[in-house]
Amino acid sequence: MAEVKFSEEHEWISVDGEVGTVGITPYAQEQLGDVVFVDVPAAGRKIAKGESVAVVESVKAASDIYSPVSGEVVEANAALADTPGDVNTEPMGKGWFFKVKLSDKGELAGLMDEAAYDTFVKGLG
Amino acid sequence: MTEASAGPLKRTPLHALHKELGARLVPFAGYEMPVQYPTGILVEHAQTRNSCGLFDVSHMGQVRLTAKPGHTAAAALETLVPGDIAGLAPGQQRYTQFTNDSGGILDDLMVTSTGDHLLVVVNAACKDADLAHMQAGLSAACEIEPMFSRGLLALQGPLASSVLSRLVPQAASMKFMTGAYLLIDGARCYVTRSGYTGGDGYEISTPADATDPIARKLLSYAEVKPIGLGARDSLRLEAGLCLYGHDIDTTTTPVEAVLLWSIGKERRVKGGFPGASVIQKQIAEGAPRRRVGLLPDGKAIAREGAGIVIAGKSVGTVTSGGFSPTLGRAIAMGYVERSQSANGTKVELVVRGKPVPAEIVPMPFVKHAYYRG
Repeated sequence: MAEVKFSEEHEWISVDGEVGTVGITPYAQEQLGDVVFVDVPAAGRKIAKGESVAVVESVKAASDIYSPVSGEVVEANAALADTPGDVNTEPMGKGWFFKVKLSDKGELAGLMDEAAYDTFVKGLG
Repeated sequence: MTEASAGPLKRTPLHALHKELGARLVPFAGYEMPVQYPTGILVEHAQTRNSCGLFDVSHMGQVRLTAKPGHTAAAALETLVPGDIAGLAPGQQRYTQFTNDSGGILDDLMVTSTGDHLLVVVNAACKDADLAHMQAGLSAACEIEPMFSRGLLALQGPLASSVLSRLVPQAASMKFMTGAYLLIDGARCYVTRSGYTGGDGYEISTPADATDPIARKLLSYAEVKPIGLGARDSLRLEAGLCLYGHDIDTTTTPVEAVLLWSIGKERRVKGGFPGASVIQKQIAEGAPRRRVGLLPDGKAIAREGAGIVIAGKSVGTVTSGGFSPTLGRAIAMGYVERSQSANGTKVELVVRGKPVPAEIVPMPFVKHAYYRG
């Protein structure tokens, strides 16, 4: 069973062994509105926790996506090029952004679990 | 221009309806306005292009100008705008701009002659300033009556005519840029065949208390859905239409903005409006820069503020950019140095520090579909 964690910037990461899959939360996609383009990081890129690694363009605006962990990108979701709307319809499924090989699994402890994230979102009003 | 001044947000007569419809309400020009409804901007955009959309534009400023004895309102208004207002026949509507002494644009507006008076519609963010500007410039010749509590509904799209003519049969035969007083659901409304989507449609000025019932009546037809400001922006961008405070402002002239078509031929020669000498010089010699359409390669979206460069040298700036739902690709408009502004010119748009190849193209991006009879 993969472990899912959430950041205050509304990214999720689902960790299975050494690799985490990253995307944005249902709350984030709802705030963004219709997604029309996602600029995802290329495989092989070294990324740091908190670094702006992707950009999601909705009809309204462009938003930076920050990596919740450090590591190396092992796969980008190429399907988003043709179906960016997956981010809206399945933000925690087909709408994932990239997979990252974690360099420090200890960073996960600084992220929220689902219950804590739900409370965090409710607090945003 | 869109940032509200401090204080509570104002509401239009449709505020309760927006909430009922599940709109996401945002501050816009001092009002609490719907940016989108639950279906989202892409669906709302397609709805307006393919069927019919209803927009609340009651935040815009409606003003009535009535001549004082011995004066004409059109001649007076012409001292503030370069448009041919004196030439408006009763029931005709025209697009023009308030200019300043440098030829810059204070606001853009629609003017309709009813025969007895002029009806003016200005942008929400500018309406208090515009009213003061008219009071300062026109009070000797005109009664100036702000009608800021009236409602304004835009019914837009290819089925707008068939919908509205069920309530008022006369609406069907009205031509683009004409207006008439029509009784809708028992209320006396001023209806123009106009809009800001590039498509066919109407704008309906309603008495405040009739706005909500008329909107509900229109929404009761299956072809009509409510549309928010988000889709209003993507629709007008596809149509190549300027958004005040972005594509035009006090630093851009109507010539630079390629709005020369809206300046009456006689007025180009005779002047008599603020900034006439600057504008006449630009007409004769060309303006230093020109508003152009831009088609970026690929999927990245160049938004307002993106630099426009040729061979590493800056030649201009994007003033509006976004995703065109109709074309399924990014589009933009911006200002480019005139010497580099020919259609077909290859440029690069700087998006998040990276150059995106683009081409200067004619506008509109999506063909206008106005009803000219």
